Amino acid sequence: MEVLSFLADGVLLALEPINIMLILIGVTVGLFIGAMPGLGSVNGVAILLPITFLVPPGSAIIFLAAIYYGAMYGGAISSVTLGIPGASTAVATTFDGRPLALQGRASLALVTAAIASFVGGTVATVFFTLFAPLLANLALSFGPPEIFALMLLAFATFVGLGGDDIPKTIFSICFGLVLATVGFDTISGEPRLVLFEIDGFLRGIGFIVLAIGVYGIGEMLWTIVETRGEITTTNPKMTAKGLAADTKEAVKRGWKGTTIGSFLGFFVGVLPAAGATPGSLMSYGVAKMISKRPEEYGSGSPDGVAAPEAANNSASTGAMLPMLTLGIPGSPTTAILLGGMVIWGLTPGPRLFVDESEFVWGLIGSFYISNVASLLINLAFIPLFVWMLRMPFTILAPLIFVLSIIGGFAAARSMHDIWLIVIFGLGAFFMRKFDYPLAPAVLAIVLGPIAEPTLRQSLLLSSGDPSIFFTRPIAAPITIIAIILILLPAFKLLRRKRELVEG
Amino acid sequence: MRQGEISLAGLFALFSLYLMWKASELPIGYIRGTGPGGGFWPFWLSFVMLLSCGAIAWNWWRGKSPASTSREPLLDAFGWRTVILVGGGVVAFVALINVISMYGAIAIFLAYYLRFLGRHSWWLTLAIAILLPIGLFFFFEAAMLISMPQGMPFTQPFFDVMYDIIY
Repeated sequence: MEVLSFLADGVLLALEPINIMLILIGVTVGLFIGAMPGLGSVNGVAILLPITFLVPPGSAIIFLAAIYYGAMYGGAISSVTLGIPGASTAVATTFDGRPLALQGRASLALVTAAIASFVGGTVATVFFTLFAPLLANLALSFGPPEIFALMLLAFATFVGLGGDDIPKTIFSICFGLVLATVGFDTISGEPRLVLFEIDGFLRGIGFIVLAIGVYGIGEMLWTIVETRGEITTTNPKMTAKGLAADTKEAVKRGWKGTTIGSFLGFFVGVLPAAGATPGSLMSYGVAKMISKRPEEYGSGSPDGVAAPEAANNSASTGAMLPMLTLGIPGSPTTAILLGGMVIWGLTPGPRLFVDESEFVWGLIGSFYISNVASLLINLAFIPLFVWMLRMPFTILAPLIFVLSIIGGFAAARSMHDIWLIVIFGLGAFFMRKFDYPLAPAVLAIVLGPIAEPTLRQSLLLSSGDPSIFFTRPIAAPITIIAIILILLPAFKLLRRKRELVEG
Repeated sequence: MRQGEISLAGLFALFSLYLMWKASELPIGYIRGTGPGGGFWPFWLSFVMLLSCGAIAWNWWRGKSPASTSREPLLDAFGWRTVILVGGGVVAFVALINVISMYGAIAIFLAYYLRFLGRHSWWLTLAIAILLPIGLFFFFEAAMLISMPQGMPFTQPFFDVMYDIIY
């Protein structure tokens, strides 16, 4: 009952005029960002984070979470109408969404995606409301060894479950962690890693500098080079009568995929490093696997649209759970949200539920409102978004570059950091060319300032004995799971070799 | 691609060694009573970066990564041209900030991109290149109270006029 009371307060807070306005703007911006090929929630949140300093932290995070939500809905628009996923989270939506559009049923695909997204987001928000206080309560007893073990787990999941090249993933994680140590040693107060003796590095390297460089400059450059402007739009014909018929058909032919995506997406989203992209792909796979007519998948099945769309919305809410309760982001976007919270003077983690309960419940309340707003705005303005998608990339791209640079300056107030944004952006482009995953580096630069002090405090507690991570009742299982995850690729490799020998 | 992958790994290995050397300017071992030294964490992370570079090179030698077996160039002519024109444009934009102010650099960059890369009409180019910096000026300077770089002294008359409007 206490949860319901907190939730009611949270919803009321989210309904305050400034918050409802920010939700509407955030959802609309998110829908557009999600729909634009090459831009996803992470780009939107990274580029727009600096402008949120204008409003109080509670409203700022509601705005950014609304962008996150809207982007998850918006990804489907370009997957269906352009055949290009608006974001990686909507890749699986193209499998059946695009064939439906080519059959002249773009409207059915978009309506199915919108309804599935709404159900996925709502189911996940209910789970979030139930689980978050429990997890936060448990996490209150965590000391430095437990927190460091959780950090280790977050990085280990990238290695074990990320699916990228393992040495390159490890390099990326360590690179992000080292960048976080530049500036001053917080314990001794001495300058540390002042690279090439450039004074600008004394200020350290903020996570936002890396995030804007990677997701603002690097990814834009990547999209310009990769798409080469070869995009054709399929216009959905939407009328009020058609919308009602499509809604009926979407519910009838998409409910299985929606159910699978809503549940599976949440639990995959909770895992650090997993997030909405694997959640949506996995849900598509499971929905196809258990379908009575799997042959329909890939040729325009509404279930095939519903499963990934429900999952990516569900996973995006799931990814917020470890971020708010444990201080560990479940996705690159939540890593940036977490970094933003630190800038706003909040400490993510279990104490947040005690010390900043209004902030937390306001955010949870906003999830419900954002879901409804996303559904309504999405359905009402699909033709407008499709029209906006026709905006030439040669107009959008320079606007994104400008927002990245001016937004980066607003956050960092230093030309040194602006140059770093450009260097990171160009570097990210070439690293991506060689399959270096960049999300682990962004996650690491956010978690680095938490990981290092907790490791050093833990080792101080144990007089330098690392067995402290294996002897404490909560830290030990987390550390062991992390080590298993790190070793998982090696086990898989050994098994494959043995199978080859036996085969 | 093949040559590029090993070159990048080599570059990162050198950078890792540099980071290890820089980190060792502070103690990298355990100090009784105060715990691990200030260089401990970055030193060992840089060491793992170096090991990762070794593993990347090992995979490259065995032909286990997609890039190591690719015969394609890193970028084709269109790709290099795009990187140079777009990336170079962004670099020039940032370089101009301290000369003609943030807003002046934005106007020049937008004009360059829209007109010369996007081949849009002069009307559209000028409309966006003039109105957007003015809109951003009011947003950052008036609403957010954040002062952007104003460049060299010759831009001052422009800022005097704009500040007169705000205050």
